[in-house]
Amino acid sequence: MIELNNVQKSYDGGTTLAVANTSFVVERGEFLGLIGASGCGKTTTLKMINRLEEPSGGEIRVNGRNVLDQDPEQLRRNIGYVFQGIGLFPHRSVAENVVAVPRLLQWEPDKIRARCEECMDMVGLAFDEYGDRSPSQLSGGQQQRIGVARALAAKPEVVLMDEPFGALDPITRSELQEEFKSIQRSMELTVVMVTHDMTEALLLADRIAVMREGVVLQIGTPRELLNKPAHDYVRDIVAMPRKRAQRLEELMHDE
Amino acid sequence: MSDNLREQLLLLPAYFQGHLLLTLAAITMGVLISVPLGVWAEQSARAKQPLLATVSIIQTFPSLAILALVVALLGGRIGFLPAFIALTLYSMLPIVRNTVTGLESVSSSVIEAAKGIGMSPRQILREVKLPLAMPVIVAGIRTAMVWTVGLATLSTLVGATSFGNYIFTGIQTRNLVAVTVGSLASAGLAVGLDSLVAAIQWLLEKRNEAVDSSRLRRIRLSVYGVIALVSAVALYGLLPQPRADFVVAGKVFTEQYIMAGLLAGELEQAGFMVDQHLGLGSDVLYEAISNGTVDLYVEYTGTIWANYMNREGNPGREAIRNAVVDYLDQQGVVAVGFTGFQNRYALAMRRDRAEELGVISIDDLLPYADDLLAGADLEFFGRPEWLRLRDLYNMDFAEKLTFDPSLMYTALVERQVDVISAYTTDGRVAAFDLLLLDDPRNALLAYDGIILASTKAAAQPAFMQAIESIVDGIPDQLMRQANRLVDVDGESINVAVEFLHAEMAKN
Repeated sequence: MIELNNVQKSYDGGTTLAVANTSFVVERGEFLGLIGASGCGKTTTLKMINRLEEPSGGEIRVNGRNVLDQDPEQLRRNIGYVFQGIGLFPHRSVAENVVAVPRLLQWEPDKIRARCEECMDMVGLAFDEYGDRSPSQLSGGQQQRIGVARALAAKPEVVLMDEPFGALDPITRSELQEEFKSIQRSMELTVVMVTHDMTEALLLADRIAVMREGVVLQIGTPRELLNKPAHDYVRDIVAMPRKRAQRLEELMHDE
Repeated sequence: MSDNLREQLLLLPAYFQGHLLLTLAAITMGVLISVPLGVWAEQSARAKQPLLATVSIIQTFPSLAILALVVALLGGRIGFLPAFIALTLYSMLPIVRNTVTGLESVSSSVIEAAKGIGMSPRQILREVKLPLAMPVIVAGIRTAMVWTVGLATLSTLVGATSFGNYIFTGIQTRNLVAVTVGSLASAGLAVGLDSLVAAIQWLLEKRNEAVDSSRLRRIRLSVYGVIALVSAVALYGLLPQPRADFVVAGKVFTEQYIMAGLLAGELEQAGFMVDQHLGLGSDVLYEAISNGTVDLYVEYTGTIWANYMNREGNPGREAIRNAVVDYLDQQGVVAVGFTGFQNRYALAMRRDRAEELGVISIDDLLPYADDLLAGADLEFFGRPEWLRLRDLYNMDFAEKLTFDPSLMYTALVERQVDVISAYTTDGRVAAFDLLLLDDPRNALLAYDGIILASTKAAAQPAFMQAIESIVDGIPDQLMRQANRLVDVDGESINVAVEFLHAEMAKN
């Protein structure tokens, strides 16, 4: 469970707020989508949860414990993270990338090896075939599968994702989205995912928080946002996928 | 194979070993210092610019100046240590710079990922940044390696053994075979060590690859073999060698090589073990005899008078001899005695030209000087001796040309100039039968050869006894003939030493 309580972030000593008085709760096993335009503060909000950014004010609790009371490195090792740029270690093999966190946590070698095979199976890349390869020998989709496997290897309850599928081609993206959603359900992961793709947010998230200029305008289930938008911006952004679908429909009928 | 080449190749193992040890030690120390400095510079914005500027400035110092400065800072200590320190300083720039560049070029998304999964700053450095920067760092090490191998040849001038011994001796004694052997050996070592580092890097990169073909295994074995061999050869130099009883040294010209050989020979005959450090700079040598790193060498009274006592006048040969002996006594350097010859500047003419004009002394030259062409070495016309000569005789020449010493003699013989600034013991004075003009007004300083010993060595009666026979044993004429054997007839130093030894035994 993740709780944000009046969280603020300012890079200039309080004159302007990159994130202003933000509060929300992500329940255990819930998938929250954090959506908004570039620069709206969604990534900053995400990074404050595992202290890649330090909050300027307010309180963040993960599983009931204030993150500021924890060693940042220990905190990060217990929270899965899937990066926008994938960020695999190019000098390490695929298998070494997957088990990076268990190694940091100093698991037993046998346990690490077993977990590596398990995680690679989970993302559909057989350990025997891919384990010894170098990340550069994988396709973009395969690399992000390994990115997901790395995030899950230490069995975290909480996973943070920063536009994880943004760089992938549409077919690979939708495959990975579906697979990840089923993994999330079966493992009851608590997930916060930053995205600017409303379709992705609607398809994956249990609830969506819409941010603009550092402020959460509305937070709710896809249905709530569609039916009762609290703000014009929310209405526009939530309506976008439907509008595009209608436009496609029209194009087909025109023929 | 010529005798000369065979003689040079016999020296190869010792020079190779010295050069290798010096290079590897300096590079190893350079890496140990420079990589951490580079890491520090990359992490601290405040340290980066001053640090890079400092190592760059070190690099812009002329390498000879660095060597001289290090010797001075170590209180005149010569040999391996100053060369090692200077080469280490010189190796730093490429390694520090490439370490910084390599670390800075690691992709920020990889670093963020490392941080995001919970690596500590130290783990990020050791497990992510350094491995990814390694190819760039190794490239810097390879650059430093090639530079260091080349620069190590200069360490001969501060008394460390290297291929430079070939090169400096060869240049001074016109032994092109020695120069060639030294240059080729140095170049070969540079290429060899560079390839070795490249091979090690290649193996490190392949380490993670599962492909363990027999070819890879073979290459790995041979690289390990070469590393083991190279280390063994280099480390052999660190084994305690049988310590020499005395160190005999000399400056960078033929006469000095011959005299060092002669002195060393006498000591060896008396049953002592002797080390020879040849081709040292003048200042370095004087420091070394004062502090006892060198036990014996031949200096010149004029040099001590003008350079170390900083005296300007010319009270005459005897007065300078006496003043120098007193001065040395105060300095704690033992003047064993004079050699008998005097290697000073003298104006010299072709004998036929001198007879034609009826000249035997500089005084006789006065009526003609305005019409004569004079040649000198590169520094003579800038020295106080020339100024004094000009003023005392109140004369100047129609034209004054400067030459490399060997070309200066050629110019005189071929009648391109009428008078030159010869050296009184130069072999070419004898070979070309030149007339040395008298200097009745004492313009030119006396340069009596004087044998200097360290107090420690001079305290041993057997040492003094061994070199006693050389005191006053070599007149100008004899030294000139010995120099001529090397400079004109192309014989080796050993032949000249044998000659002197034999001639002195006759008397």
